[in-house]
Amino acid sequence: MRLNKNTIFVTLMDEVKVIEIKKSIFENNDRDADLLRAELKSRGVYLLNLMSAPGSGKTTTLIQTINRLKDKIRIAVMEADIDSDVDAVKIKSATGIPSIQLHTGGMCHLDAEMTRQGLDNTPLDDVDLVILENVGNLVCPAEFDTGAVRNAMILSVPEGHDKPLKYPLMFSVCDVVVINKMDVMPYFDFDLDKCKEYIKMRNPKATVIPVCAKTGEGIDAFADWLLGQVREWKK
Amino acid sequence: MHELGIVFYIIRDVKQAAKENGVEHVSAVVMNIGEVSTIVPEYLTDCWRWAADKEDMLRGCELKIETVPAVTHCDNCSSDYPTVKHGKTCPHCGSTRTWLLSGREVEIKQIEVKT
Repeated sequence: MRLNKNTIFVTLMDEVKVIEIKKSIFENNDRDADLLRAELKSRGVYLLNLMSAPGSGKTTTLIQTINRLKDKIRIAVMEADIDSDVDAVKIKSATGIPSIQLHTGGMCHLDAEMTRQGLDNTPLDDVDLVILENVGNLVCPAEFDTGAVRNAMILSVPEGHDKPLKYPLMFSVCDVVVINKMDVMPYFDFDLDKCKEYIKMRNPKATVIPVCAKTGEGIDAFADWLLGQVREWKK
Repeated sequence: MHELGIVFYIIRDVKQAAKENGVEHVSAVVMNIGEVSTIVPEYLTDCWRWAADKEDMLRGCELKIETVPAVTHCDNCSSDYPTVKHGKTCPHCGSTRTWLLSGREVEIKQIEVKT
């Protein structure tokens, strides 16, 4: 029997042979993600992984942000959904930038391999920034490194300020948290200070940016953050 | 149904390990699942049954789950405490300068092969 370094032959008992594996199922993905990041760095392409719950306003926020940045840098978008291409079509018609739709085939998240397949269909030589709109979900996408340079998430006011307490991993992996739908604050018991405090509990370094994608309020701050990130990455 | 996606990763890695060891059929897979890994063991075994039976190499293969307790370490008083009971705040000194020591594992511990 041939053995390799990952598998150590351990015991032979009761006619059952035990092969020790001791391998995290995230291990391959983490390695693929690191490789992808290094490749993107050498090509000068910044990949942002944008996550949120369904209905938080990811696509609308993206359209507003892209329209502020598209004259300064070259942008492409990858939309990941379980099915349909409504988001890719919407982004393309509202911004005119290249937008491709990825289908996860029922999976609730994207991994590094799926991200790479998406990037293979993106004109990387003509792009400075690729925004990956992950599947709307606050659990699984947090566990899988996509190979992105930074993780961002959008939390909308109707979801409540206590969300960082309920989804600790998501908030601990995000470098920036955009709080959307600030215009409906008067109708909800949303405490912005409490929300910021909870986010900092999960990730003291997280940047918090309140916006309203519908009116455009605060979008400049997010666009500036992103532009700074892209310029720094391309140095 | 996040457990189904996880099952596909387990199947991929188990098939690879079996191939590397010249194994034709795996009778059981033992997983180490952390208490705060967000995986519900019952859902994982249900999804496993459905998906594993579609693979010749894994037909009838049992998924055994061993739970890894979640433990948090406090940087302020250097103590370790159970995460599920106390969360982010250290029960000994009240500090929130704490971090998860273990409990997020989703690891294939071993595979078993009938000889």
